[in-house]
Amino acid sequence: MNHRFTRLAETSRIPVRLVIDGHTVEALVGDTLMVALLNNVRHLRESEFDDGKRAGFCLMGACQDCWVWTADGERLRACTTVVGEGMHIVTRQPEATWPNLA
Amino acid sequence: MAQPRVIIVGAGPSGVRCAETLVAAGLRPTVIDENRRDGGQIYRRQPDNFTRPYAKLYGTEAGRAQSLHESFDALRDKVDYLPETLAWNIFDNKLHVVRNEVSSAMPYDALIICSGATDRLMPVKGWHYAGTYSLGASQIALKAQACAIGRQIVFLGTGPLLYLVASQYIKAGANVAAVLDTSPLMRRVMALPKLLARPSVLLNGLGLVAGIKRAGVPVLTGITPVEIKGESESGVQSVLIRDSRGNERSFQCDAVAMGYHLRPETQLADLARCAFRFEQETRQWLPEVDEDGRSSVPGVYLAGDGMRVLGADAAEIGGRLAAMAVLTDLRLKVSDEELQGLRAEQASMERFRQGLAQAFPWPAEQAAQLPDEAIVCRCEAITAGELRHVVCGMGAQEANRAKAFSRVGMGRCQGRYCGHAGAEVIAHAAGVPVEQVGRLRGQAPVKPLSIAVREEQE
Ligand SMILES: Cc1cc2nc3c(=O)[nH]c(=O)nc-3n(C[C@H](O)[C@H](O)[C@H](O)COP(=O)(O)OP(=O)(O)OC[C@H]3O[C@@H](n4cnc5c(N)ncnc54)[C@H](O)[C@@H]3O)c2cc1C
Ligand code: FES
Repeated sequence: MNHRFTRLAETSRIPVRLVIDGHTVEALVGDTLMVALLNNVRHLRESEFDDGKRAGFCLMGACQDCWVWTADGERLRACTTVVGEGMHIVTRQPEATWPNLA
Repeated sequence: MAQPRVIIVGAGPSGVRCAETLVAAGLRPTVIDENRRDGGQIYRRQPDNFTRPYAKLYGTEAGRAQSLHESFDALRDKVDYLPETLAWNIFDNKLHVVRNEVSSAMPYDALIICSGATDRLMPVKGWHYAGTYSLGASQIALKAQACAIGRQIVFLGTGPLLYLVASQYIKAGANVAAVLDTSPLMRRVMALPKLLARPSVLLNGLGLVAGIKRAGVPVLTGITPVEIKGESESGVQSVLIRDSRGNERSFQCDAVAMGYHLRPETQLADLARCAFRFEQETRQWLPEVDEDGRSSVPGVYLAGDGMRVLGADAAEIGGRLAAMAVLTDLRLKVSDEELQGLRAEQASMERFRQGLAQAFPWPAEQAAQLPDEAIVCRCEAITAGELRHVVCGMGAQEANRAKAFSRVGMGRCQGRYCGHAGAEVIAHAAGVPVEQVGRLRGQAPVKPLSIAVREEQE
């Protein structure tokens, strides 16, 4: 049980590859980043208030519970970002991005 | 006269019909939407490379969805459409928008806010565990991405959307563990006279419930949520409730879809300084509007769920009505017959809305019963006990003051998911009516902006 979401249809799309916390995984063209991630892993980030792992909540850009980071430290809202070939995503907030919390 | 500058925020059913009516009168409105595609929530479009037909995606509403999409496609060269653009502030008769990380200010003569709604949430102990989603989220996963939010899903909350999404999941082949509704069945019977304002919608709803039961999925009404059990690493494991007889029952699952109907997205109306009024039936603050959607601020209009949650069909009517109000105020001609017809239709939508509010009430009493250790603010993991402490220990009985002391409502969702429940917790702790607690003021930016955003150079 290493993924959270399950696909029910539209599975014959072209695959894309991305890297999550150093592991290369597959998703499908047209996936949101959130769907690409949660079809491979069970969480998106860790709560900075020590209450555990989080996997998003609203899927419509309203709660901001789905923030992930690129390997370069850019913050992305996973539910409204489209997955791209070769993306490098980390699910733990990098130290250097504190001003991005705006 | 120069073309009046008319801006519509939102390209859902209300925004699209509003634009269409304005274009038919010879105007060229600007249409702004944060989403990549038009359609709004209910008629959300799937990505280009998906192939499910309209009937599969939108069920009984397929015809309406297709009609709305085609109408907007036909308008594309007659409006200035700005997708992936967030309206984040209103100041000095200018709408501030951000697109591609560049912020600019757009002056307007008329602004129509068609911003839709988000799920209305009542916390339950354990709702912060990974795998708990809003009910709307569970529908978006299916509609826009052909995914279920888990392998075994509990639907928890109340309202027509609870049954709609559960049955959409069952039809799509997902494994639904239970549908758990906090509203007692008796309320639905009592609301029948009002619900009969839209007999076909009522019939549709009854059909959905029957279908879910036929599929062998337990449907319980009049329940009280006790706890979502889980684990901070792996997430949700089960839902514990008390049934209508008071017996505890547990349902195993790895995902929960939770929602108690919807709440309008009113931050922009607030920033435009529109007046609000408290509505007893639904226990929430709504912008004050006239019959056609004029707010208390000249030049600012509201339509659709962002004004009052009347549903998709009413959003289309509301969009047209607001457009006609704009045209009237600009001294352009509108058909009186059409206006009267739309108003009459909207009146039965309003009657139906009151029926829904009666049948599926907001469970305010749950806020009072939340255990102290339950999290109210998911953003910053602030508990009911901490919020009660600022009310009882520090005398903060007003929503914004309690927010300043406790930080409930200050996190990244900006109070969208904790605001209504937080107010109920405060009201109960302080022993005052919830309207006396007031409401969280909308603040700019209405959603967090990236640090990379810069001002447009003139
Ligand atoms: C997740 C969800 C699912 C729903 N599913 C159903 C359903 O299946 N059946 C049903 O009858 N009803 C459903 N509803 C209710 C439904 O939303 C409405 O009845 C209908 O879509 C309302 O139309 P609208 O035009 O008022 O708003 P919406 O359709 O919500 O459209 C509002 C638009 O405004 C945009 N917007 C909002 N704020 C901003 C901003 N600041 N800047 C830029 N753009 C902005 C949004 O991106 C959105 O596209 C659902 C509601 C939600 C929230
Ligand atoms: S899941 Fe709520 S903003 Fe992405």
